[in-house]
Amino acid sequence: MTRRSRSRPWILSAPALLLFLVLLLVPLAMTFILSFHSFSFYGGITPTFSLENYIEVLSDGYFYEIFGRTFAIALATTLICAAIGLPQAYFLSRMHPFWRSVMLLVVLGPLLISVVVRTLGWAILLGNKGVINDALRDLGLITSPIRMMYTSGGIVLALVHVMVPFMILAIWAALQRTDPATESAAESLGARPWTIFRRIVLPQAMPGILSGSLIVFSLSASAFATPAILGGRRVKVVSTTVYDEFLNTLNWPLGAAIAMLLLVSVLAIMVGWNRLVERRFAGVFE
Amino acid sequence: MPFLQLSGLTKRFGDVVAVEDFSLAVEKGEFVSLLGPSGCGKTTTLQMIAGFEQPTSGHIMLNGRHLEEVPARNRGLGIVFQTYALFPHMTVEENVAFGLEMRGIDKKERARKVAGALELVQLAHLAKRYPRAMSGGQRQRVALARALVIEPELLLLDEPLSNLDAKLREEMQLELRRIQQEAGVTTLLVTHDQNEAMALSDRVAVMHHGRLMQQETPFHVYENPKSSFISTFLGKTNSLTATLKTTNDEGSALVCNGMELAGPPAHLRPGPITVSLRPERIEIVEAGEAVVSGPVIERIFLGDQWLFRIETPIGPLLVVRRNRGQREPEHGETVHLAWTPHHLRLLPKEDEAA
Ligand SMILES: Nc1ncnc2c1ncn2[C@@H]1O[C@H](COP(=O)(O)OP(=O)(O)O)[C@@H](O)[C@H]1O
Ligand SMILES: [Mg+2]
Repeated sequence: MTRRSRSRPWILSAPALLLFLVLLLVPLAMTFILSFHSFSFYGGITPTFSLENYIEVLSDGYFYEIFGRTFAIALATTLICAAIGLPQAYFLSRMHPFWRSVMLLVVLGPLLISVVVRTLGWAILLGNKGVINDALRDLGLITSPIRMMYTSGGIVLALVHVMVPFMILAIWAALQRTDPATESAAESLGARPWTIFRRIVLPQAMPGILSGSLIVFSLSASAFATPAILGGRRVKVVSTTVYDEFLNTLNWPLGAAIAMLLLVSVLAIMVGWNRLVERRFAGVFE
Repeated sequence: MPFLQLSGLTKRFGDVVAVEDFSLAVEKGEFVSLLGPSGCGKTTTLQMIAGFEQPTSGHIMLNGRHLEEVPARNRGLGIVFQTYALFPHMTVEENVAFGLEMRGIDKKERARKVAGALELVQLAHLAKRYPRAMSGGQRQRVALARALVIEPELLLLDEPLSNLDAKLREEMQLELRRIQQEAGVTTLLVTHDQNEAMALSDRVAVMHHGRLMQQETPFHVYENPKSSFISTFLGKTNSLTATLKTTNDEGSALVCNGMELAGPPAHLRPGPITVSLRPERIEIVEAGEAVVSGPVIERIFLGDQWLFRIETPIGPLLVVRRNRGQREPEHGETVHLAWTPHHLRLLPKEDEAA
């Protein structure tokens, strides 16, 4: 290879690299540095180096509760998405190609609408005087409204709505790689439909479920708009807490420390998950 | 009553007639091939026997019971799919054990039978492997073991060798025949490869456009094809258009491209017919004994054989000669050809539409 042709890929990818550097790495590095600074109400931010912000977060049960709630919401969202996504992806993969492309569009539809619009829609549905509660009351099924706004359940519901397409696409991609004849083979060997699903389809869909879970979990754990609108101040998650520290308390260093902790814990969970998956499926799938 | 009896089997997909009025009888322990070009309805026929497609009409009887109403999982047939359809998330052993597990056979008995089946296909040493880490030929054997371990009444094979390369395919043909005979299982194989059908089966059933054309031993079908389609589909042949002038018990008189030829007795009316002449039945002779003569226009060496194409007054003729290490005619050299009249096969002229 000549020198020029070796440098060409670098030159060609320079704009993208630069953008990546400026827009992602620099703010990230600055947040990281910021998290070691100290803050006082009167003095503002002083550029010191101390671990006091981290110590504050890690020694306060309040933050543990928020982190716990965030991961619980992300986990519940992931599990529900998997439960919904698996059968839907399975039907999708067995559909006539024409109907499949129509259904794919339906599945991806929610992604075309802004998160804020969609979440406000959920707020209209879920409120105490919202559509659902009104309908139930008019039907005489309830007397006092069921509280759905400002609950973790409401957040999970709306997050599932946003995240389920990612899960479906991941599982569908995995199912695309499977041979439908394996199901016929199992049937010819005496397996009933449920056994075929459990023993043949599910294991082959597993790589898709696992990668879909990874995406859904990390996106849900760091989601902001949905918990901000549906959870408000009452049901705080990590991202809304960071926001409050930055914009209400103006304690930027503490907010930065919380943000870094979220980043690190999500990364740790992802890497651990990946390890687990790789170890479990080594040698089975390409 | 034959062991497997298909009667009047028909399958339509909307307007497409995939299989039409198909009847076939297979005896216990027999190896029968369904041979035909791609799209002629072989797979559909097999799928109906397997229970994955419902016949539009017709009956399937196996060992005295009607199969049409029986769901696929209760038919107890061993099926080897074209793609093998091995379970990628299970080891070889687990793949083979699956059918036994579904039958509720206890663990010890299962292990014994799996070991036996893997022994039969000579894969005992790879029991713990995943299919991904195996070659095409090995996967093929796993699929075979998985189908045979349930001791099926009938083994169905859909183009089992078509995904293998040529050399491996020949090896697997012998292997498949050995395994089938050792297991003694009645077998129906689907293939578009005439060599495979002839090498493996006791009987060949030739299909064309969803219909059964002829079913006999491979030798019979090759020697006495019922139609010019079969004669060209099984082996190489020279198909000549000719006119049948007269025929009696002694022989017949033909005219081909203005040349008079002698043929065997024919059960055809005088008129236009197709004549089939196998290339290996044509001999190169001295000028005096020639039926036709002409220059060599193509000359191909195949190792054990020579293949010549010779331009003659009745049309270009393909001639095959065993390679005996002797000098063979050169390109452009004029050669003299002859054959005995009873090697000609006189066949009804095929409709262009058919
Ligand atoms: N599910 C189906 N829907 C519509 N047409 C089909 C279907 N399966 C097969 N066919 C048609 O039936 C004919 C026979 O197909 P097939 O049995 O697969 O042939 P072969 O196995 O001999 O190549 C073909 O013309 C094919 O297009
Ligand atoms: Mg086929």
